[in-house]
Amino acid sequence: MDLLLDAVVIGVLLGCFYAAVSLGLSVSFGLLDVPHVAHPAFLVMASYAVFFLNDRFDIDPLLAGLMITPLLFLFGLVAYRLYYETFEKRGSDAGVRGIAFFFGVAFIIEVLIILQFGVDQRSVTATYIGKAWRIGDMRIPLRLLVAFAVAAGLTILLSLYLSKTFMGRAIRAVAQDQEALRLMGANPVKIKQWAFGIATAVLGIAGALLIIVAPVDPILDRAYIGRTFCVVVMAGLGSMTGTLIAAIILGVVETIVLTLFGASWAPAISFAMLLGVLAIRPQGLFGRRS
Amino acid sequence: MNRNSIAFWIGAGLFLVVVALLPQLIRNEYPFFAAYVILQFIVLSVAWSILGGYAGYVNFGTSAFFGVGVYTAVFLFKATGAPLAVQLAAAAAVGALLGFAVGLLTLRMQGIFFSIATIALTIVIETSVTNWRFVGGAAGIQMQRPAVMAPFDGYVQMLVFVQALLVVLAIVIARYMQSSWIGRGLQALKDDELAAECTGVPTLRLKVLACVISGALMCAAGAPAAMYLQYADPSSAFNLNYSVSVLAMSLIGGTAHWAGPVIGAILLGTTQQLLTVTISSEVNLLVLGIMLVVFVVAAPEGLIGLIRKASRKRAEREA
Repeated sequence: MDLLLDAVVIGVLLGCFYAAVSLGLSVSFGLLDVPHVAHPAFLVMASYAVFFLNDRFDIDPLLAGLMITPLLFLFGLVAYRLYYETFEKRGSDAGVRGIAFFFGVAFIIEVLIILQFGVDQRSVTATYIGKAWRIGDMRIPLRLLVAFAVAAGLTILLSLYLSKTFMGRAIRAVAQDQEALRLMGANPVKIKQWAFGIATAVLGIAGALLIIVAPVDPILDRAYIGRTFCVVVMAGLGSMTGTLIAAIILGVVETIVLTLFGASWAPAISFAMLLGVLAIRPQGLFGRRS
Repeated sequence: MNRNSIAFWIGAGLFLVVVALLPQLIRNEYPFFAAYVILQFIVLSVAWSILGGYAGYVNFGTSAFFGVGVYTAVFLFKATGAPLAVQLAAAAAVGALLGFAVGLLTLRMQGIFFSIATIALTIVIETSVTNWRFVGGAAGIQMQRPAVMAPFDGYVQMLVFVQALLVVLAIVIARYMQSSWIGRGLQALKDDELAAECTGVPTLRLKVLACVISGALMCAAGAPAAMYLQYADPSSAFNLNYSVSVLAMSLIGGTAHWAGPVIGAILLGTTQQLLTVTISSEVNLLVLGIMLVVFVVAAPEGLIGLIRKASRKRAEREA
């Protein structure tokens, strides 16, 4: 019973972290309908940038994540422009080729990371990594607590941005009805580009959390295809609160299964849940579409 | 039978005869190892295009089918010592079943959802095999090749011939589907599934049929791989690199015609072999990824599309 309680607590913490790494996808795929299979690859790329800054200049990983955020924002702007010009604008058959495009991009990023950093696992150093917090018999790694706090903050910030600011509301409007927005005299492409930039910028902190929680390797993005898409689809496309709740569900289920059946089943859990959600309730738990 | 198809059948026959005779001419083993891989990718690409090209459903699960083929063979060989032909037939049957399941997925999922679901399927199956002790689990399993059968003098040479047979089979099927009502039906549902359904195209039956055939061929292509490597382990049998390679080969060749994936697989397969030998396997993967992205962006119809465009231009100039 104690073991189960441990698993639930760790699962909730882990779940918040999963929410943080899925937020970007929740915007780009959930709100903008971009088939962004390369999202986890972008995430791992950000982690490696954080690793580089930490390893070379001894910068705190979270600060490093903040430092690369503007660069990621620009990268996102360019990436969406490229995607828009080549696929969305031309319209026909964009689905098939768009997916193949992002799959190819993810693959290129993986190989570039391997060429630059090798296939070994990489991790960062910081004062809060390696220590643990004890409550009674329970032992909670401090790195997970840091990730939990930052992730929760990031999720709240982004949902506030989307609901309270002018630009955030514009992004949600574009997700609801592009044509109506065009009739109002706004340019939906510009707003979507901005949104995609935000979605990519969030990966700075998310990437830092990824490498704080556990060491990363170049093909880690494959596991996170399952986790991020599971969270976003289960949440119902584009719902931020939903993203948080879905991520916590995933975190708890994952930790419980790991405790009961062992780590060798780990990779399949998120993918199995994703398959289940897609087959049974494709609109997700909190879907914006029926 | 018109002139075109007579030429096709003669070509197919010649191809098999040449593959059968090559061991007499070439004594070095390496070319056969390379040829096996290229032939395997032709089968996979042609099979992928039946669903991905004709019907427009992007299957990222090539590695799932391939791996299931590998492990069906491994299981049968370890449990009963079944001969290669039985392994192949069983793999095709299991592939057809898996294809049927994937076909049912298309009921509820289209576009990216379908693609993500096929990745999910790959990882779930891979993890299950990893936890399956009988076939070696995560550590993999060694395979002892049985004695080679009569007309062949080397096991690899025999596998090359088997894979060549599969190539011919895959192309014959793809060619038939393309020119028959099945291909036209798939084309229709690719353009607009709802409209196709409304005009009486049996979309579900066609999609499931395409999945079953495509899956059976992919699994069959994977079945001899364990014997070829004399070893199998889940992380290489289910490696997503197969999915990316096959996607790249099909799209670069062009999926509108059965010859597209064949051209793509020969071209990329040969390049991969050369790059892996001369530089490194990472560079080879990088080239693969970049070619995929470049073609998807710049030449959406693939090489077949470029050739058609060029010949159309020439015809206009002459007219």
